[in-house]
Amino acid sequence: MKNIMIEKKKKAVEDFFAVLPHSISLGMGIDFIRDGEVGMSMPYDSKLIGDPQTKVIHGGAVFALLDTCCGAAAMSHPEQTGPTATIDLRVDYMRPATPSQRIKAVATCYNLTKNVAFVRAVALDNNEEKPVAMAAGAFVTGV
Amino acid sequence: MKKLSPEPVALIKKRRNEALSQLIDSIPYISFLGVDFDRRGDEITAILPFKEELIGNPNLPALHGGSIAAFLEISAIIGLSWTQIWHQIEDPGLDADSSDNVRKFTLPKTIDFSVDYLRSGLPRDSYARAKVNRAGRRYASVHVEAWQDNRDRLFAQGTGHFLMPLNK
Repeated sequence: MKNIMIEKKKKAVEDFFAVLPHSISLGMGIDFIRDGEVGMSMPYDSKLIGDPQTKVIHGGAVFALLDTCCGAAAMSHPEQTGPTATIDLRVDYMRPATPSQRIKAVATCYNLTKNVAFVRAVALDNNEEKPVAMAAGAFVTGV
Repeated sequence: MKKLSPEPVALIKKRRNEALSQLIDSIPYISFLGVDFDRRGDEITAILPFKEELIGNPNLPALHGGSIAAFLEISAIIGLSWTQIWHQIEDPGLDADSSDNVRKFTLPKTIDFSVDYLRSGLPRDSYARAKVNRAGRRYASVHVEAWQDNRDRLFAQGTGHFLMPLNK
């Protein structure tokens, strides 16, 4: 019975995030969904370049991936029902993402209260030892 | 003694607009989102014309948090860079090769960026203005405000810290 619930929830989160126009235009895809934890990734694309000298993609694109991934993690929390919205999100850009490499994000909803979901996320490229960026934010719950 | 006549206004505008376009046109992500800029003197307003690809939740519909954040971050970076190149544009001594100076200008790097989503972004045009609260030799702190219909009703605000490039 519990497994059916989890599968249903996974499907709901997958369906919700598959149709977001901005996520589609950035080429985002879901890698995995677990209870309160989601993996998402996005391909490198020259149209996303933010610094023409280094060909590194714009921080805004990384922010969008982390925001989407965090929202999905909040929604996939076992006690959360329905959609969510970002209250605030902070991203630390720890190093430039290596051009031409896919960017992977993993977000964890580590606490869920009646009104707020607290989420953290990390963005990586092929060098998984050193994160590209890290995010921390609060999301609306129980909408 | 003959007084120098002031520079024709058309020439000043052309020079400033060209410098701003060069800065903006060099960044592909700005055209990907469709961000435009309006300049009045040294004040610039970023404009994000509405388009379908900016939507996050299609059921509401509302702008995606990621497109809002990117819009704010772009406004902050351009706003900060603009204050840095302003003296180059205005210094007549650099006039001959000022376009070259702008082209070689290295962009500030974002250290961190924090976004406050105050209300949901409606499917219409958005505007943003950045204020450089501190620009030191190495670090800068920039605050950005974004609104849609009313200047006083912000729908998002952001604060970011930037690493200043070592230009010259």
